[in-house]
Amino acid sequence: MSHAVLDIVGLRCERDDRELFADFDLRLAAAEAMQLRGPNGAGKTTLLRCIAGMHPEYEGSIRLLGAPVSGERLLFVGHRPGISGLLSAADNLRWHLDLAGWRGAGTVVSAALDRVGLCGYDEVPCQQLSAGQQRRVALARLALPTAEVPLWLLDEPFTALDDAGLELISGLMAERLAGDGAILFTTHQPAPELPGLGTRWIGAAA
Amino acid sequence: MMASAADERSLWVLFRGQLRRDLKLAFGQPSELANPLAFFVVVITLFPLGVSPEPGVLAGMAPGVLWIAALLATLLGLEALFRRDRDDGTLEQMVLRAQPLYLPVVARMLAHWTVTGLPLTLLAPLLGGMLNLAPEARLPLMLGLALGTPVLVLLGGVGAALTVGLRAGGVLLALLVLPLFVPVLILGVSAAELASSGLPPSGPLLWLAAGASFAITTVPFAIAAALRIGVEVG
Repeated sequence: MSHAVLDIVGLRCERDDRELFADFDLRLAAAEAMQLRGPNGAGKTTLLRCIAGMHPEYEGSIRLLGAPVSGERLLFVGHRPGISGLLSAADNLRWHLDLAGWRGAGTVVSAALDRVGLCGYDEVPCQQLSAGQQRRVALARLALPTAEVPLWLLDEPFTALDDAGLELISGLMAERLAGDGAILFTTHQPAPELPGLGTRWIGAAA
Repeated sequence: MMASAADERSLWVLFRGQLRRDLKLAFGQPSELANPLAFFVVVITLFPLGVSPEPGVLAGMAPGVLWIAALLATLLGLEALFRRDRDDGTLEQMVLRAQPLYLPVVARMLAHWTVTGLPLTLLAPLLGGMLNLAPEARLPLMLGLALGTPVLVLLGGVGAALTVGLRAGGVLLALLVLPLFVPVLILGVSAAELASSGLPPSGPLLWLAAGASFAITTVPFAIAAALRIGVEVG
């Protein structure tokens, strides 16, 4: 039997003495996307951080392809952009490639920046870019070859993006799904059209 | 065999990538780079003015003054060591993605030492001249700083990593790491003092070298572990 990409069983999680989840199950197969919805403070971000291994206080089991979660098999884009404002977009992406130990040609960096419509902004320090452009730099990581991992965790990926940017990112997400990846993301906006997209409510509406 | 050679190259990519990024970041903010050095120079110039301009008095206290100023200058640069990376989320990406975390941590500390400990070491003999430090003590002072500042930076790195999640971690950081700096201070000062009284300074210098090799190989593991906790806090 093949493993689900992400398999969460009986998750119980507290934050600041408040129970966010009890008996929470979630299964995500390859080529499936799931949108997490829920009011502010419902625990969407905490859930993503639990899965990424950055919120240690939980009970239950979280498995990635049948094994404990390891950082090299997922890609996490959080509220904090993971982009250094003092460095240029190209330097930031180069660092992300290096972190994953990627040894290919550096041309993929400019290809990824082209992809998110930041052609010509390669050498500008990120703090001089607009909020939307900075968001695009953070999301350009999705277009790097190191993004070809089984699971994407995207926390509010569409904030600050314009319509064209939204379309770009949904295009990247669709490509990953076509490549048998799984995506778990949160957003308050209506989700883009994606094949195999499910919605999961957390908190009040459950 | 091929696979292990490829793995080694990946590790090198990881190390080099982090080093390159951190050096670019450091040299991208010349003012932050200059602050600890300016502090070092200013503190030392205050001593002849405040204590005594008498050459004999100055020469006697020169090793201690230089070392204490170097120690405080190192401390000054530590608070920002991981703070900005934490705020912009690059720290959590590093902790999440880097396998093993040890390597980028070593690169980070090496980059930090290159812009703090190294210039302090190079400046020290010059300022020693200003404090009438015995000429034969200049080399042992430099050697002591060259061996001691990496230890200070690494120990300080543990404190910086532990306090990275705190809003006002600066004072706590000083309280945590200053006591740990004491052995380095004692050894460093005694090397310079032995040399200025005409004795061989090799004893304390060898101890410092032993401490430096121990710190370089083991302390990054502690920093990596503390950073994992710091990222989990939020």
